[in-house]
Amino acid sequence: MTDTTITREAIQERVFAALVEFGADEDAIGPRATWEELDVDSLDLVEFAQIIEDEYGVELREADIEQMTTVDDAVTMVTARIA
Amino acid sequence: MSDRVAITGLGAVSPLGVGADALIDRWCAGEVAIADGVAACSDFEPGEWLTVKQRRRADRFTQLALVAAVEALEQAGWSSGLPVEAERIGCIVGTGVGGIGTIEDQHDILRDRGAGALSPLAVPLMMANAASGVVAIEHGLKGECYGTVSACAAGAHAVGAGMRLVRQGVVDACVVGGSEAGITPLASNCFVGMGATSKTGISRPFDARRDGFVLGEGAGMLVLEGESTARARDASVLGWIDGYAATADAHHLTAPDPEGDGSARAIAAAIADAGWRASDIDYVNAHGTSTPLNDRSETLALKRALGPVAHEVPVSSTKSAIGHLLGAAGAVEAVATVAALQRRLAPPTLSYGEPDPELDLDYVAGGPREIVRRDGSPRAISNSFGFGGHNAVLCISGAS
Repeated sequence: MTDTTITREAIQERVFAALVEFGADEDAIGPRATWEELDVDSLDLVEFAQIIEDEYGVELREADIEQMTTVDDAVTMVTARIA
Repeated sequence: MSDRVAITGLGAVSPLGVGADALIDRWCAGEVAIADGVAACSDFEPGEWLTVKQRRRADRFTQLALVAAVEALEQAGWSSGLPVEAERIGCIVGTGVGGIGTIEDQHDILRDRGAGALSPLAVPLMMANAASGVVAIEHGLKGECYGTVSACAAGAHAVGAGMRLVRQGVVDACVVGGSEAGITPLASNCFVGMGATSKTGISRPFDARRDGFVLGEGAGMLVLEGESTARARDASVLGWIDGYAATADAHHLTAPDPEGDGSARAIAAAIADAGWRASDIDYVNAHGTSTPLNDRSETLALKRALGPVAHEVPVSSTKSAIGHLLGAAGAVEAVATVAALQRRLAPPTLSYGEPDPELDLDYVAGGPREIVRRDGSPRAISNSFGFGGHNAVLCISGAS
């Protein structure tokens, strides 16, 4: 066990926090929630990619972003890219 | 036949507080909302009025417009639904500089962190048409929609443009106004640098000691409806926009025509548009910036346009209470004028105490003056003039 490991849980927490910053309804935020349900649009997703790059040094491309439709999709994508 | 244009809703966020009533009542009570040389909307807490998403997606100038628009639409009775088809409702909102706060913030980010860190929201926040677009989105207004940009005349141009759309039957109703949030490091220092703002930090229009304007911020919004639309739904009519005209000085980038030619032509044309005579006017809501040049040329313009009547009609400046709201000024002052006529009061020019021998009109020193009209409803004009030589004048009648 190392302190530098970034867990999936930690990434999920960061994604949840980003969604709160975007103004999504906190009660609606969960792994299965879709962007549509959370009122997250393309402008939010550009900012989401900036946050992930700042936080984890991982660049999400347009094609990556297009593949995500749920919170879990995003967490899985970021987790896989960091690994 | 053209429809008379009714005002059915008023909204304002001004340095005197949130709400059109705060604006007119505090002004008439003699309150000056200037501190440390600026007139900020310090009572306005965006979080009290707007969701996180609304705040994130709106520069302060758009936030101010959103809150003023909600007040105006509520008063018009539109909260539970639009009175006509959404496609028949326009939205026109003026601004002087638009999202200047966003521009400054993003420039800091570009310099400090590089282009990759710029916000994807930067452009939609900074664009000068954002307030009109966002208000239309918020309320689902689908008719003609755009922003007006004419410096300190922008708010009056927006009201005038919307009035024409309604009068000509292009739309049945139009949400109009102006908004500004330019008390930012760059904007305020640029005004200081050009010598336009008051060194004493006092807004005293028409006074001999006036030394420049005091920078303010805020928004004013009005709901305009054709008389037939308003009557059909039995709406409460607060007043009327009965005339509008706009001209250009074609003289100088910032200085008004020293003889007040362009502004006099705008006043005369607006009165003609309303079908009024000079003697019909009960109150002049002046542009009255507290700059040496404006107040002199505006006084001359009033004399040229109104003739001897100019000496009989009370003339006062909202800017004595709330400073200069730039592109919001014309709209906030139109709101104040409607509210003043509702109360049958000519509000005072605050801080006025030392007459300028050249400026010899009745500037309503001291306190508000009662407007007494024997026949019909009281009538006022509201003047707005902007850098670039823009002149826009509105003729406003009170409800009878």
